[in-house]
Amino acid sequence: MSVFVKVHDWLDARFGWNELLAPLRKKTVPLHRLSYWYFLGGITLFLFVIQVLTGILLLLYYRPGANEAFESVQHIMTRVKFGWLIRSIHSWSANLMVFTAFAHMFSVAFLKAYRKPRELTWVSGMVLLFLVLGFGFSGYLLPWNTLAFFATKVGTEITGQVPVIGRPLMIFLRGGEEVTGATLTRFFGFHVAVLPGLATMLIGLHILLVQRFGISVPPKVEAEWKSKPAAVREMKFFPNFALRELMAWYTALGVLGALAAIFPWDLGVKADPFVSAPAGIKPEWYFLFMFQTLKLIPSKVLFIDGEVLGVLAFGVAGAVWLLLPFIDNERGKKWVNTLAVLALTYIVGMTIYGHYAH
Amino acid sequence: MATMHTKTASSSTWRWLPCIAAALIFAGAARAQTQTKPKNTCLDCHSILTDNLGVTEEKFNQDIHAQKGLTCASCHGGDASADDPEISMGKRAGFKGKISRAKIPELCGSCHSDPAVMRKYNPSLRTDQLSQYHTSVHGKKLAAGDTKVAVCIDCHSVHDIRPPSDPHSTVYPVNIPNTCARCHADQERMKEYKIPTTQFADYNKSVHHEALTVRGDLSAPNCTTCHGNHGATPPGASSVANVCSTCHVFQAQLFDGSPHKQAFDSAGLPGCVTCHSNHAIVHPTDGLIGTTDKAVCVTCHTEGDPGFVAAGKISGQLAELAAAIDSADQILSKAERSGMEVSQAKLDLVQARDTLTKARVSIHSVSLERLQQDTKPGLAAAAKNYEAGKEALRERNYRRFGLGLSLIAIAIVLLGLRLYLKQIESGEQPGTA
Repeated sequence: MSVFVKVHDWLDARFGWNELLAPLRKKTVPLHRLSYWYFLGGITLFLFVIQVLTGILLLLYYRPGANEAFESVQHIMTRVKFGWLIRSIHSWSANLMVFTAFAHMFSVAFLKAYRKPRELTWVSGMVLLFLVLGFGFSGYLLPWNTLAFFATKVGTEITGQVPVIGRPLMIFLRGGEEVTGATLTRFFGFHVAVLPGLATMLIGLHILLVQRFGISVPPKVEAEWKSKPAAVREMKFFPNFALRELMAWYTALGVLGALAAIFPWDLGVKADPFVSAPAGIKPEWYFLFMFQTLKLIPSKVLFIDGEVLGVLAFGVAGAVWLLLPFIDNERGKKWVNTLAVLALTYIVGMTIYGHYAH
Repeated sequence: MATMHTKTASSSTWRWLPCIAAALIFAGAARAQTQTKPKNTCLDCHSILTDNLGVTEEKFNQDIHAQKGLTCASCHGGDASADDPEISMGKRAGFKGKISRAKIPELCGSCHSDPAVMRKYNPSLRTDQLSQYHTSVHGKKLAAGDTKVAVCIDCHSVHDIRPPSDPHSTVYPVNIPNTCARCHADQERMKEYKIPTTQFADYNKSVHHEALTVRGDLSAPNCTTCHGNHGATPPGASSVANVCSTCHVFQAQLFDGSPHKQAFDSAGLPGCVTCHSNHAIVHPTDGLIGTTDKAVCVTCHTEGDPGFVAAGKISGQLAELAAAIDSADQILSKAERSGMEVSQAKLDLVQARDTLTKARVSIHSVSLERLQQDTKPGLAAAAKNYEAGKEALRERNYRRFGLGLSLIAIAIVLLGLRLYLKQIESGEQPGTA
């Protein structure tokens, strides 16, 4: 009897291991021409795990504080054994995670996987996406370099444009009127304690809901299968889908390693609050579409301040998107697909425009 | 009760009324006094004249003297308050008319050399301009009867004289070279004085001109910085070094302690300008030192003499440090382009560059030992940073090798998983995979 079998039997005798794993053995994944989109959620989860692991390793050396943060990251990049790899993977993985989270969201929107009974799965996923953006925004400042400093200044200024709660929110985020060492300490707290705690709970809920309701089948495939029951195909979750997911994770790991080794994440120049902002300062690519939109809105639209109007418009759009399952009923509305295409085109188009704009 | 109260208030107002009226009258009078400019009837006619006698009100209002309350009569005499020209320009009113050029310095000096007068208008202004002018070439020639030389109004303008801090002033630091060039670049005017007219063109090519006009450094030298302003005179051979040393202190100290000092003095050569030129002082390069045709050393030193040998060695020492810094910079930049973190090494290289700057100053001592001593830390820093660059590139290659191995391992696992899936799925029922 092998060691694995012995351990398995020991656990089964005490915890009813076989009974616990039984639903997993029975679980299946629909198999059709769009099944590959199902991997995106798993890849996002894998990247989150990478973030947690590399984040913990970075915590061993990182020191939050305006006088130490930059130097500690520099120390990690140059002196700590494989520190460069850990930090570069953390940064690249963060960006890839934002990308896969967006891709996962749009795939769910286009495949209409948010329909009844999966409304709360969509809502929990959307909140997770906002948390991922929060991770990006708070983590970007931590190396305390010039670009991060001024991007945070601009970003928190935009937050300040939100009517009524904007200014108190901006002061809360900054820990005062200006971006200072207090902001850095605050962002560090959000990044390593508040956001991971919330994200872990929500990921747990999200996965639980996915397990409870199973994997959604796109309406078109569902209709085909209804008319032709012999065409229904499924894949066992374990081991068939799980091993394929593992292959996707391995591929993601290879891509991460290659990016980190060939393009180590730049450290930049230490932030100096007393110098003027460098020309053409821009936020991270995932905030670029919003930033560019706010830049293009005239300073006054009728009687409303342009920036306030922009912030309000994004707030309304975000709320509509969050409540999509409750707007799009079971019968399905064609305009929802058009809206999703428009939203995707707008985000991609504005991001590219923002990247090249001066 | 109400009536009593009204009565009290009313009597109180009457009691204060004379005081309020007096205060209002006094305030009005004071305001009228500060607002009233002295009457200057001269401009009534002269502002419409178009010949040399014409002075517009707009022009005169720009003049610092007009702004301080002086009128035409302050310089030209007469009574600027009288409307009748017979009175205002009459002899009884002390009208002087046009001031002859020979008398202009004394006229200006009548106020500007009097501390008691100047204290009323601008106590911080010096009052030695006239005495300095007397010592200048301009002043001496004027005293000798040459009225074509510069007097106060030639540099400071007339009827619209602005303070030197005004960017429109002819004596604002940036404008001074143009002001001097109006005469000194005029071949016809300078012919009788037998002095060259290339100074302005030469200065425009110089590093000083660049600093003054391109970088906007108002402390950069213009004509008056070296020649003086009111006491303008060409510096003699013996005092050129003193002029330059007011800014270039270390170079001058090293030169004074060098063997060149005595040699230049005995040959009657001016210190700094022999090598650097005077007005056309271009940015010095390392090529100025050495034994090539472009080096200034070969002007005096010929092949074989000890100075020639020393020039070659000094040049070699500078070139060695510059090349070492260049190599380190190149390798660090290459590593940086590969994504390696070398900011600390690049920062350390600044130390080597500082040493090179110091060495370039040290060459004024023409001492090879001193130069070697100064370049030694720079060479060490450059070598250390070159090694840091090499190490960064080694690390880059190590990372890429590690990446290659990892990717191979990942590819093998992926292949294994694919084969395993194929194997377990080959025996399964159709409909489920």
